[in-house]
Amino acid sequence: MGRLLDFAGGCVRVLARGNRAYRAWVALLLAMIGTGALAYAHQARLGLIATHMRDQVSWAFYVGNFTFLVGVAAAAVLLVIPAYVYDWKPLKEVVILGELLAISAIVMCLLFILVDMGRPERFLHLAPLLGTPHWPASLLTWDALVLNLYLAVNVAVAAHILYRAWRGRPYDRRVVVPLVLFSIPMAVSTHTVTAFLYSGMAARPYWNASILAPRFLASAFCSGPAVLLVLFQVLRRTTGLEIKDEAISKVAELMAYAMFVNLFLLGAEVFKEYYSGTEHLLYTQYFWSGIGRHRALVPFAWTGLACSLAAFLLFLVPRTRHHPVTLNLGCALIFAGVYIEKGMGLVIPGMTPDTLGEIYEYRPTLTEWLVATGIFGVGFLVFTALVKLAVPILSGRLRASGTAAGAPPALAPGAAP
Amino acid sequence: MSAGGPGGGGLSRRQFLGRGLAVVAAAAASGCRVEELIGRSFRELSRDDVARVLARAARRQSARFGRPVTVDGAGPLPGVDFGYGLDLSRCIGCRRCVTACVKENNPSRRRPQIQWIKVLELDKARGVDLAHADAYYEADAVPRPGHFYMPVQCQQCRKPPCVKVCPVGATWKEPDGIVVVDYDWCIGCRCCMSACPYGARHFNWAEPDLPADELNPSTHYLGNRPRPKGVVEKCTFCIQRVRHGRYPACVEACPVGARKFGNLLDPESEIRQVMERKRVFVLKEDLGTQPQFYYFYAT
Ligand code: SF4
Ligand code: SF4
Repeated sequence: MGRLLDFAGGCVRVLARGNRAYRAWVALLLAMIGTGALAYAHQARLGLIATHMRDQVSWAFYVGNFTFLVGVAAAAVLLVIPAYVYDWKPLKEVVILGELLAISAIVMCLLFILVDMGRPERFLHLAPLLGTPHWPASLLTWDALVLNLYLAVNVAVAAHILYRAWRGRPYDRRVVVPLVLFSIPMAVSTHTVTAFLYSGMAARPYWNASILAPRFLASAFCSGPAVLLVLFQVLRRTTGLEIKDEAISKVAELMAYAMFVNLFLLGAEVFKEYYSGTEHLLYTQYFWSGIGRHRALVPFAWTGLACSLAAFLLFLVPRTRHHPVTLNLGCALIFAGVYIEKGMGLVIPGMTPDTLGEIYEYRPTLTEWLVATGIFGVGFLVFTALVKLAVPILSGRLRASGTAAGAPPALAPGAAP
Repeated sequence: MSAGGPGGGGLSRRQFLGRGLAVVAAAAASGCRVEELIGRSFRELSRDDVARVLARAARRQSARFGRPVTVDGAGPLPGVDFGYGLDLSRCIGCRRCVTACVKENNPSRRRPQIQWIKVLELDKARGVDLAHADAYYEADAVPRPGHFYMPVQCQQCRKPPCVKVCPVGATWKEPDGIVVVDYDWCIGCRCCMSACPYGARHFNWAEPDLPADELNPSTHYLGNRPRPKGVVEKCTFCIQRVRHGRYPACVEACPVGARKFGNLLDPESEIRQVMERKRVFVLKEDLGTQPQFYYFYAT
């Protein structure tokens, strides 16, 4: 108990201290969160009429963000598989960063679901025992289950590794390896279940495609690692954390494959819709070329595609993949591309036109933007705090009192000093 | 308690900042009653509890509108399975059914305006082609040449996708065929709206705006009881009427008798006459929802 308090105290001290850049960053995040909270208070008072969702488009921006972030969370797997399944050293040392990213992404996912609920105070109705979860028919119940499990697994692994490292000890393989291996199917299933939530709805032909789950996974394996690649470079520059070039280029290479699959699946879907030209074409058409004068999403569609294609080329050519400038540009592009594809490009065309053929053009309100900003603020803050703790612990600068500070990092069992 | 105030993203800066936190506390205090948050859904209540819950609901609704409101909990009758028939050759698109439904069922009148029945104007040359349906045609010029009219409301599907997807079991199909929503259990996730192929579910985007003098005070717990903000509602075949042997309001209101209603299990019922003499079809039959709402052409 005393030890845990000591650990907690050490953590608080680390979080409270920081240079000017850190303080400015945290202040910015707090401002984002504050604004988001005020916007949410406004929405809570008025109801969801503060958004532009209506009966015709009853899921939109919040649910789109949720879907995107589930993908980001699932992406930790792209590090876990080479690191643990193929026992590839350079990645093993950074895999924990992927787990921390997953934790923050899931926190944001859960918040996006919460702000999208008409009666958020009734969330306990979903809980086992207290509520009446609709097993096994409802996919949202499944989604809540796998997301929370995945969150728990990642928290457990990260906490174990960090706590052990803080005490100057290597982590316990018997705890970490099974949990990490378990997190692989968990990550895949969070995204698959989210995809099934959509593709299981016969009422919405745009979603009702078996290709949806594979497409979700492929795009997830692009967007999450894009965040990590940038982060690796930032941390390498600003902290003592050692991240090998090999690790970065390996992840970039894996992303290139994922992106190819993603673009190919997109092409397959667009081909099927346009060539067969059934009444289901409408939704695809609404996204890519608009229906009559309803063209709100068209600029997004083409911007998203352009981003994804450009990023794919940058990642495909080894020279641009290895050059830091083009690599980072590629990361930004892929992130934007997937965000548009999952945010605007999945949920809204799925609902436009609605099931009786009406076209309601949806655009997020200021309230929706601000609430989303607040949630991203929370996510970034969680991630910042976790990384701020993880870096000194892993590099041996933060240690339990009594253990020699600056002792060699004990990331992997038997890691050479 | 009506939700006036600024709409959408158009809140002024001062209002936005000023009302902020006080609102969080107020919202938390007004909407939440511990009993409801961790209670049971209506479906799971014992007989005694039902009586208590009905009395409580009546008390609250009466207080909310400042006039006596009754909340009935009549259950399904054995041997009854309701079916609905709609004669497309008669419907003239006058939308009296819509007006009657609104009067009967206590939906929000404005912001959001909720109507459970939608009458679609369709092109005769195209047939039932929803992509070219118009739900907003001008009502004084009906029927317009070259067009026909197709009212759509909850089809009370035998395999309702809306029920399947609800994560908390807040909506279900009763033994007499009526799909209902427990407004006090619904979490407002709107999964059911995404899943319904007939646009039959409606969400209370704001506190319902239902003037007390327009209220129909005789209500059913699972039917026309005034709804709270943030939950989903839908047509229930006027559960508050049909369980007492009356017709749904839309059936009574139709000036041309295009609407037929009755017990599918009773060979003498009007709906059975339709089923036996006419050729009926259901909307979007390829989706396998098996509606209990049948369209037909009598002539
Ligand atoms: S019409 Fe829609 S709301 Fe009614 S039972 Fe069928 S799926 Fe459910
Ligand atoms: S909105 Fe309500 S009734 Fe519909 S699925 Fe969600 S909880 Fe169930």
